[in-house]
Amino acid sequence: MHDHLVAIKGTKDGLLVQVSPTEEWNSVTADLAARIDQQLSFYAGARVTLDVGSRPVRKDELGSVKALLERRGLALWAVMSESKTTIDSAQAMDLRTSQPKSAVPIQSTDMPAPSSQEDGTPGMLVKRTLRSGRSVKSPGHVVIFGDVNAGAEVIAGGDVFVWGRLRGSVHAGANGDSGAVVCALDMTPTQLRIAGQIAISPVDKRHKPKPEMAVIRNNRIVVETWE
Amino acid sequence: MGAKVVTITSGKGGVGKTTTTANVGVALAKDGQKVVLIDADIGLRNLDLVMGLEKYIVYDLVDVVEGRAKLRQAMIKHRQFPELYLIPAAQTRDKTAVSPADMIQLTDQLRGEFDYILIDSPAGIERGFRNAVAPADDVLIVTNPEVSAVRDADRIIGLLEANHKEPGQLIINRLKPEAVRRKEMLSPEEITDILGIKIIGIVPEDENVVPSSNTGVPVTLMEQSRAGQAFRDIARRLMGEKVPFMSLDDASGGLFKRISRLFGGG
Ligand SMILES: Nc1ncnc2c1ncn2[C@@H]1O[C@H](COP(=O)(O)OP(=O)(O)OP(=O)(O)O)[C@@H](O)[C@H]1O
Ligand SMILES: [Mg+2]
Repeated sequence: MHDHLVAIKGTKDGLLVQVSPTEEWNSVTADLAARIDQQLSFYAGARVTLDVGSRPVRKDELGSVKALLERRGLALWAVMSESKTTIDSAQAMDLRTSQPKSAVPIQSTDMPAPSSQEDGTPGMLVKRTLRSGRSVKSPGHVVIFGDVNAGAEVIAGGDVFVWGRLRGSVHAGANGDSGAVVCALDMTPTQLRIAGQIAISPVDKRHKPKPEMAVIRNNRIVVETWE
Repeated sequence: MGAKVVTITSGKGGVGKTTTTANVGVALAKDGQKVVLIDADIGLRNLDLVMGLEKYIVYDLVDVVEGRAKLRQAMIKHRQFPELYLIPAAQTRDKTAVSPADMIQLTDQLRGEFDYILIDSPAGIERGFRNAVAPADDVLIVTNPEVSAVRDADRIIGLLEANHKEPGQLIINRLKPEAVRRKEMLSPEEITDILGIKIIGIVPEDENVVPSSNTGVPVTLMEQSRAGQAFRDIARRLMGEKVPFMSLDDASGGLFKRISRLFGGG
């Protein structure tokens, strides 16, 4: 058996693909394609987390992997890397990202990281409106500067703050944290989940927008004025 | 720099892209512009029918891309407007016969000669959509005033933004003022509130549209048709004119007067 340039493992989150950190990108993708093709029926439909280690991967390079996976019915879902270039590429493509060996810092496109080092949870900052079909996933908190339109979703291990209108679906505390909260300047989500609880917006179209916060009290989601 | 490439697209199918392409194209030609219409809906060609040009088709877009015909040979000249041309889609192939790069190359060959190149896109977010928007300078997104069509338009706008294109301008087609007033239909205000992009036209539901598509004479050419008027207005707005949004609501005018204020019209 010859040496593979990629390792494919099954995890509870789908497939984990680890690639050689030094080999030519083209060889890596060719090997990946060949490996999947060998067992297409086994892999089809899976979502893939790509671990590229410290290798800086450009957006077009990541795009080629995404395309080759999609052609085979797999979805590129997340990217793990210690390289900022890679993380930036992945975020530009709306992929979930994480840095395996250290905590995920606040990732922002153009805001400096907060200087006062609080003992905070890692998070993700999205500085635009999420339109229908978009999905943002993060193990930490998620802050959206913009609207979350109907048909878009946010899934966070921690809290979700929407500095705009929330009309899509949100799952906060997705890993079971029932202390997670969801805040929005205008709270009319399609569906709201915190940990294992689900709430659906009442059909009250002509409401006045106001900042609200959803929390779990007595095992159900309640919405309170956010101050 | 020459022509402006304008792609007419939508998320949901059947909302009026082909109708819009034909009518805006004819309106531009009627105003003396040199226009070529490209039907990029390969496999489901329609634009030739709506333009009344089906019987003149010899070569199509795929013939050009695959080198069986010169571009000129696939361009069908309109009978009434000699500076209006149509490049029809292939009926027997699928969208993968053409690539985004082919579309860019094709439009680049035409830019020098024309003022406007209008591309009729297929619905959806697949290859055909990518082909149609690849060469676009401007994108017009057509929607109907209903929740599912608006949701799909939102998706399209997101894809355009993700591909570093301008978010496009919106055409709301098949609006029924009475239904809006009864709150059975989304109003233009509600739609822009959701989508957050500029409106370039509001086209009313008009019983003349279907028969006119069947006979191949676009409603733009019917002086009294309200949809025709709306399409003529869109053409003028494309040419950079400030055209107030017309009052379509003959009963009170209330609804459309409000809209024209909202969007800076008269
Ligand atoms: N303003 C209108 N009033 C009445 N009927 C209309 C109007 N606009 C479009 N239609 C009708 O709606 C139908 C669909 O229109 P059209 O073919 O232009 O849509 P399309 O978006 O190009 O569809 P597809 O996604 O299949 O390409 C046609 O029968 C057309 O005549
Ligand atoms: Mg059509």
